[in-house]
Amino acid sequence: MTTTIFVSRDTAARSVGADAVAQAVAEAARSEQREVEIVRPGSRGLLWLEPLVEVATDTGRLAFGPVTPGAVAELLAHLDHPEASPLYLGATDELPWLARQQRLTFARVGVTDALSPEEYVAHGGLVGLHRALAMEPRDIVSEVTASGLRGRGGAGFPTGVKWQTVLDTESELKFVCCNADEGDSGTFADRMLMEGDPFLLIEGIVIAGLAVEASEGYAYIRSEYPAAVATMRSAIEIAYERGWLGQSICGSGRRFDLGVRVGAGAYICGEETSMLESLEGRRGVARAKPPVPAIEGLFGKPTVVNNVLSLAAVPSILADGAASYQALGTGRSRGTQVFQLAGNIARGGIVELAFGVTLRELVEEFGGGTASGRPIRAVQVGGPLGSYIPEHMLDLPTDYEAFAAAGAMVGHGGIVVFDDSVDMARQARFAMEFCAEESCGKCTPCRIGSVRGVEVIDRIIAGEDRDANLQLLEDLCEVMVDGSLCAMGSLTPQPVRSALQFFGEDFLGPREDGTMVSRTRGAEG
Amino acid sequence: MLPTPSGSSVTGHLNGELTSERAGIHESRTYAMTLRGPIEPFSEDRARQLVAEHEHQRGPLLPVLRALNDAFGCVDRASIAVVADALNLSEAEVFGVASFYADFRDQPPGESVVRVCRAEACQAMGADALVAHAAGRLGVLLGGTTADGRVTLEQVFCLGNCALSPAVMIDGEVFGRVDAARFDELVGLGE
Repeated sequence: MTTTIFVSRDTAARSVGADAVAQAVAEAARSEQREVEIVRPGSRGLLWLEPLVEVATDTGRLAFGPVTPGAVAELLAHLDHPEASPLYLGATDELPWLARQQRLTFARVGVTDALSPEEYVAHGGLVGLHRALAMEPRDIVSEVTASGLRGRGGAGFPTGVKWQTVLDTESELKFVCCNADEGDSGTFADRMLMEGDPFLLIEGIVIAGLAVEASEGYAYIRSEYPAAVATMRSAIEIAYERGWLGQSICGSGRRFDLGVRVGAGAYICGEETSMLESLEGRRGVARAKPPVPAIEGLFGKPTVVNNVLSLAAVPSILADGAASYQALGTGRSRGTQVFQLAGNIARGGIVELAFGVTLRELVEEFGGGTASGRPIRAVQVGGPLGSYIPEHMLDLPTDYEAFAAAGAMVGHGGIVVFDDSVDMARQARFAMEFCAEESCGKCTPCRIGSVRGVEVIDRIIAGEDRDANLQLLEDLCEVMVDGSLCAMGSLTPQPVRSALQFFGEDFLGPREDGTMVSRTRGAEG
Repeated sequence: MLPTPSGSSVTGHLNGELTSERAGIHESRTYAMTLRGPIEPFSEDRARQLVAEHEHQRGPLLPVLRALNDAFGCVDRASIAVVADALNLSEAEVFGVASFYADFRDQPPGESVVRVCRAEACQAMGADALVAHAAGRLGVLLGGTTADGRVTLEQVFCLGNCALSPAVMIDGEVFGRVDAARFDELVGLGE
């Protein structure tokens, strides 16, 4: 009897040795003359348990982890009585970390072979597309609008409203651009989805094309994600072979073409207008808005620009209906968010839940606190341009409006945890340094302001004329917020201001005897 | 006419390929994403061939530069001249684009490219100390190449491995939970 064994091929799993584990499984099976089929799906998202090995049984998959190549022989020896293995975790689907989640977008990731179109269809794929093919474009848009879906890239703009604008703008040529330039630290859900369920993203892009009457699309993927690029390219090839893309989508007579474009190491190209410039073959410099891309986007044509997770949410909205998606969530934040637990965290990974769950539940109950075992001091939510949130505010519910009211942003749901050894003045300085490094240079507040920001924070830390320099920093932040062309310059003050507001003691600089007041225990402490 | 300085070539593609089977999206199968591939010496014929493989796409400049960078290890003045001529752009324009993107180098890197993530999630797990260790052990600053030409050390902002920080990419392959000892082992500096 053949035993099916799953070892993830996700980049994160491979980064801690999944390939060596898969190879060890193959070798052990050979030497024991055991019939084993090894499947390499995406990752279940329990990243602290990678390399996770799953074994198929009549009653579902059993999980073992984290597995080292040296432990494989022992693991295989225990297959008949898995409880006896020290690496045995239980039935995968019953692990509390997974069982508590509401996986819509990530339902298939880690479960199915990412590049098997048969498995995709067998696990509910294409239901949304087939339904969309039977609908009028305006009805598809209405369905998405009614679902309450908001842009998962960070800004939270209603997806249906954007689509309606593109649909209403007449043009022979329209585009759908999938923003897969996931450059924010603490985010990896786009990558994991592209590596683990690429057909879902393709289906979402095609539905967007049908909805707005666009015939051509691009997925702009950053070059730091070579495995996502390769998986998406293979999936697109297969989708063409299956007739899911091309001249006649699923025999409907309607056309949609899709290609992958690879970024070139510019963070700013995650900003939608910079991404369009880059796709057109130019420097990734932000455009002034208006006109919005929905009216004048790629090559001046009406263009839907959506994040990977926004587009990947669409197939289930079409398949199950807007009402079922809308039923999840809180306030004006509907559906699920794919939270990403990162940084100094004991149990990092993917947690997909309806909006409304608190940061504390995510970071403490799912995340298990810090990896270092030290107390949590700060949590940065929404990427490098998001606010630092102090431990005492962790009861904040994940809700776009609640976060905005607290001066923070949910963004794309990336959550980076820091323990009490973090020096928040250094983090504030880094925010400005990062902006200086990655600014496209078009507008002065961002290009020059970020450089000045680093200098002013250095003076504050050094204790030079502190009060005047703190005032100067605040003035600078105000200019950047009000005067920058795009989110890069206008949001960089968020981490800076939140660090000052909640962790002001870290900016007090050296004492008279030259030792630091700040709490750094790092390399320069 | 499109509102773009590279309008002439772009417009051609926009009009010309609407009727084609795959609307200017078709990509070359020869695309290499890893930096590990052997670097070829520059040759104008090879450069023109690479441009020809990619120029049919809409807005072809980035895919073209990527192909040249992968083949020759960099996009230097010689490549820029070929691209400008082939795509009917000015050399200044091509240089402007090539120099904007961190991936496109002006000279070839060392035999291996080691990129250490310096973004927030990795900072929370000691990235700064890892960068300092890497620079010290290799004897180079960020962006530098060891004297023997073996390793180029670079910073990178996020590899998407933020739950298993600190992360390092070596020749296109990502490694997680990299401490000083693991770094030495990966880079071949182990005792």
